[in-house]
Amino acid sequence: MYIGNERQKRRAIVIFLLPSMLGLIVFFLLPIISSLVISFLEYDPLKPLSSIEFLGFDNFKRYFANKDLAEQYSHVFYYMGLYIPIVLLTSVCEALILAKTFKGKSFYKIMLYIPVITSWVAVALIWKWMLNGKYGLINNWLQIFGISGPAWLINRFWAMPGVVIAAVWKDTGYYALIILAALKGININYYEAAQIDGASWWNKFRKITLPLISPTIFLLIVVNVINGFQVFESIFIMTEGGPAGATRVPVEQVYRNAFTYFNMGYASAISWILFIIIFIATVTQFKLQKKWVNYDS
Amino acid sequence: MIVKKTIQKILFYTILTIVALAALIPLLWMISTSLKAQEAIHTIPIRWIPKEPSLDAYKAIFSLTNINFGRAILNSFYVSIMLTIIPLLSSAMAAFVFAKIEFKGRDKLFSVFLITMMIPGTVTMIPNFIILKGLGLLGTYTALILPALCNAFAIFFIRQNMIGIDNSYLEAATMDGASLYLVFVRIMLPLSRPVLFTMGLFNFMGAWNNFLWPLIVLTNRKKWTLQLGLGNMGTQFGNYQHYLMAGALISIIPIVIVYIIAQKYVEEGLSTGGLKG
Repeated sequence: MYIGNERQKRRAIVIFLLPSMLGLIVFFLLPIISSLVISFLEYDPLKPLSSIEFLGFDNFKRYFANKDLAEQYSHVFYYMGLYIPIVLLTSVCEALILAKTFKGKSFYKIMLYIPVITSWVAVALIWKWMLNGKYGLINNWLQIFGISGPAWLINRFWAMPGVVIAAVWKDTGYYALIILAALKGININYYEAAQIDGASWWNKFRKITLPLISPTIFLLIVVNVINGFQVFESIFIMTEGGPAGATRVPVEQVYRNAFTYFNMGYASAISWILFIIIFIATVTQFKLQKKWVNYDS
Repeated sequence: MIVKKTIQKILFYTILTIVALAALIPLLWMISTSLKAQEAIHTIPIRWIPKEPSLDAYKAIFSLTNINFGRAILNSFYVSIMLTIIPLLSSAMAAFVFAKIEFKGRDKLFSVFLITMMIPGTVTMIPNFIILKGLGLLGTYTALILPALCNAFAIFFIRQNMIGIDNSYLEAATMDGASLYLVFVRIMLPLSRPVLFTMGLFNFMGAWNNFLWPLIVLTNRKKWTLQLGLGNMGTQFGNYQHYLMAGALISIIPIVIVYIIAQKYVEEGLSTGGLKG
């Protein structure tokens, strides 16, 4: 649309795009390529450049061979298998509540959003304390019902569910607001028609609400699978990958190998495998969505 | 019918309360613990209101020998403000071009920006560390800011908003001899205020809560942000839960205040930004 002096226009374009382009080229495009190159190398940034060695596929082979990959991804699937269904359930419930009008709603909304805006470091510390085996609130409450709770984060089986509880607590409010926006978009006529037909609350939910928010639910599943593969901060602070490696996950291992052991080649290989798996998972989900997502409103 | 309505109402308010409690209890527990003395945190049965409330934990965390908590808070404010304004400006500048100034290959370039949103941070993390180390920027705040210059998410949303600005404003201004820079500062930025505000808030919250990248590049303890100090406290003082809860509470307060103040602008910004469809 805009017509001005050609030369001035060209200069302006360059100046306006310069900061973002700089970031794009130096911190996205260049790293993508170099990360792939590094994954074929033996590279320790603390040693002189002459120590760099070309390893071919050795880093990748090592990752597959010593069962690291299978172990880390089984932990990721354990995490996602618990987290995604639970967080979807809690956030749909919360969204259904927020869709109603009641006194003090805006205050209520802020309250439910505090966990969302709290940093993972703080959330992890709070829940580490909540889930403390002996003095934690959760186990003390379980005690009231005569249940002696597990040692959560220091128990091989219960560590991951512990992390999931914290994550559900933190994220529910966020997804609830997104689902709420979808709920508000549903045409009220559907409900009125169903009301006349005498449909029950459950039937209205199942036959109208659920199909009409399925695109949003689908999007949330895609986002959560992508994020789930990259789960890090919660685990890094709550369990440090432990106990005895029971919560080791890919990103945490990238961090450890790169910045604790300075084994950057191996860490890059792990990150590329992760990238490829996320990509495949995302494409597959989009292929499968036709079977259950409803796009006719 | 009336009975059914009443039952429904009771049920609704019961669920409402349960949800609220689920969100609140960990926070109340945090506050309660932070006000206890060392012996009181490891006492069973649990006392919600400490027998002898004390501010020891708060005093203690500000006088640790190896973590300067007060300094870390100031650092966090500085870094978060920088990481709010600078990427916001660079995104708004790029968004202006992608929304209003046509040139060959513009849309292709825009899609390259969008693709960056799909790249996991894990992949770029290692090369970015090496690049910044090569530039001698490790341990500086510049190392936090530079990779944030390209923010495809913000460019996308600000562009959405700028497309909606009527071209006649720009045409009239340029007819009067205004340069593109003047158009940007005087017309585009003021008219994009809600979306800029929203993206700014996102940037601030992201920066305030950021952990992994600062952990990697802020190699100098003096430069540590609040989250790094808090994370480190977690490993050092695992059994001093009252310290940790006091630290956690302090880290939450600023972000909650910012959120409450900004909340209504954000909802406005999201709707004008097209998120609500």
